[in-house]
Amino acid sequence: MSDKNIDETTGTETTGHVWDGIRELNSPLPRWWLWTFYATIVWGIGYVIAYPAWPMISGATAGVLGYSTRAELAESVDAHELANASLVGELVKADITGLAPSDDLHRYAVARGGAVFRAHCSQCHGSGAAGAKGYPNLLDDDWLWGGSMADIEYTVRHGIRNEADPDARYSEMPQFGEILEENELMAVTEYVISLSSPEHDAALAATGLELFADNCSSCHGEAALGDPELGAPNLADAIWLYGSDRDAIEYSIRNARFGVMPPWQPRLTEPDIRAVSVYVHSLGGGEE
Amino acid sequence: MTNPSLYAAQEPIFPRRVSGRFRTLKWWIMIVTLGIYYLTPWLRWDRGPNLPDQAVLVDMANRRFYFFWIEIWPHEFYFVAGLLIMAGLGLFLFTSAMGRVWCGYTCPQTVWTDLFLLVERWIEGDRNARLRLHRAKWDVRKVRLRITKWTTWLLIAIATGGAWVFYFTDAPQLAVDLVRFEAHPIAYATIGVLTATTFVFGGFMREQICIYMCPWPRIQAAMMDSDTITVAYREWRGEPRGKGNVRKRDKLAAQKAEAEAQAAGPGAARYAPTPYPKAALQVGGTPRITAEVQEHGDCIDCMACVNVCPMGIDIREGQQMECITCALCIDACDDVMDKIGKPRGLIDYLALSDEPREREGQPPRPVWQHIFRLRTLLYTIMWGAMGLALIYALFIRTDIELTVSPVRNPTYVIQSDGAVRNIYDVRLRNKTGTARPFGLSLTSEDVLRIDLEGANDLLQVTVPADSTLMQRVYITSRPGDPAATRNQTALRLWVEDLETGDRASRATTFHGREQ
Repeated sequence: MSDKNIDETTGTETTGHVWDGIRELNSPLPRWWLWTFYATIVWGIGYVIAYPAWPMISGATAGVLGYSTRAELAESVDAHELANASLVGELVKADITGLAPSDDLHRYAVARGGAVFRAHCSQCHGSGAAGAKGYPNLLDDDWLWGGSMADIEYTVRHGIRNEADPDARYSEMPQFGEILEENELMAVTEYVISLSSPEHDAALAATGLELFADNCSSCHGEAALGDPELGAPNLADAIWLYGSDRDAIEYSIRNARFGVMPPWQPRLTEPDIRAVSVYVHSLGGGEE
Repeated sequence: MTNPSLYAAQEPIFPRRVSGRFRTLKWWIMIVTLGIYYLTPWLRWDRGPNLPDQAVLVDMANRRFYFFWIEIWPHEFYFVAGLLIMAGLGLFLFTSAMGRVWCGYTCPQTVWTDLFLLVERWIEGDRNARLRLHRAKWDVRKVRLRITKWTTWLLIAIATGGAWVFYFTDAPQLAVDLVRFEAHPIAYATIGVLTATTFVFGGFMREQICIYMCPWPRIQAAMMDSDTITVAYREWRGEPRGKGNVRKRDKLAAQKAEAEAQAAGPGAARYAPTPYPKAALQVGGTPRITAEVQEHGDCIDCMACVNVCPMGIDIREGQQMECITCALCIDACDDVMDKIGKPRGLIDYLALSDEPREREGQPPRPVWQHIFRLRTLLYTIMWGAMGLALIYALFIRTDIELTVSPVRNPTYVIQSDGAVRNIYDVRLRNKTGTARPFGLSLTSEDVLRIDLEGANDLLQVTVPADSTLMQRVYITSRPGDPAATRNQTALRLWVEDLETGDRASRATTFHGREQ
């Protein structure tokens, strides 16, 4: 019988295939393995029928189970919304000024506000809220328009010096380059520098004092401590929105600055506005 | 010529019952390992209020792993990684020293198959009875036996799948919930899957799992060398094999040779090829025994080793990938050797490097010389070092802990008075079962002020039981102080359990105003 090809060396049956005189030993796979393979094919066909599979011109075949990852996402978003519904309701209604950091509502507001901040505020104020030149640092204890929860919420809601919101915070500094003489500008600049830096020309600053009292103190105050009602910055502290060097200060006096922030009232939802206010207040500089 | 089939049906294997040292050892290992598996979830361990009292509990929902007095939190997952590394190194060690002992004695597939075989034998009888039943037509008896067997298997499988889920939640409560059909669907699904795998793998797949599905045989084979102690057949002693009727003719000669072999010492008789001096084989001056017969070895080809093999192989063909070194063939062969009055050890645990010595009739080298070699020593050292490191890590753990992540965006904040402030997110961990007041403080070579978010002048926070609290900490340097103007200042944050006085600390850095 030459039905079976037997390899002489090993005594093992060969498959009968020959390549250049080389024969292949037959090491049969278990039959159940083959059935497992067929089972995966059946499974695959079932899968294609049950789940979205074939790409079509618009979209894909839906599958008889109607499964969709988008729907699943929407479902889980809804589930979270539902779970947070009472917190959201509370956030809109409750007095958010006195919340302790360990309060659930505070933690929720900070987490939500952080997300809102990164999406809508970080473009100007930076992802860490450290600000940039012309964009206030929100981590420190210096606030142009007040740092209480109510102040912050108002600023977020209505913005600053914008035309979109009639309730926006508003003030405008005159361009003293058109009002004061050149030497007077120098003197006022020297005086403003003298308020926070020991390195200044005392004599020149002394002349600037009088000019400051006449021209600037109505907004910035006699002691130049600023006025949050008018958004007038404190000129005696260590924080300078546009820089503390002589050129920057002189530029501010000569040309004035006009920092603008958009109102968020229509663009953000009510809970988002409240949440981002709590978040900004929690960053380290929030006032009572 | 017909093409041979490329697929082969599973050959049913009917391992015969065997008794002996290794079978006894395997029974004990089965009792111990199954006992550990089934009973562990029911052990209680009092940890005080608010904490579970289950000795071994993998609490997925709360991200906790409890092991008697040890509680592992997710950030301590390195313990699990360390144990896995130890398990790996331990496997290397045992495999290089003693071959596939894991497969032969403790692998769940082996243990449960053994248990299923025990049931099978108990219901359907031993090898021959099972063979007959296998070939028999389906009748009432066969149906009854099969259904009894499958039902028993299924009960074991359900118990196996059922025991698994008890590790993941409070066992007594889950047991009540399970029978009331109030348990979580995941519990039922897990039991279902594990019941199915146990039933199919232990009852029907058996050696197929080891041969075709398990990657271990390939990996383990790579870790063995010629000094590895493994189950092998002393072919130089046993061959050429022959059945009894052939042997009867030279019984006398064999006995004589045996006497001489015994005289050479039990060691030599056990290992050496049996010497058959030609003179001893001559009866009445006539050389009745041919050369072929003269050279008969100790193997009487009784097939005992093959019949008991759960993998269905013949160990006499040498080292095979299928062999799980369960040592049952040793027991079977030793039994036969005892009966025919030959020394034990025709099939034995031996190192292949001893073959040349044994062929020359010398006893093998002592086992310890095979086991203690550079490779196993290195594995032992690595394994031990890992274990000591884990024990050390375990003992330096405290019930309270903190981690400090400085806020780097920005690194510092200038306050209106010129002070420099750094912000830190501090995670405080209270691993005890009660809420504890924690006090925070700092040490540094420079003057620094610490404040906690929430305007707490006492620098105290209460951390709830068995949980982590995230606390924002502000550290401030007065304007002009060294820390305010220096680029970096080292400092250490301390947390103290105000009830017990336990302390923990973390070093971190204060960033001053860049000059």
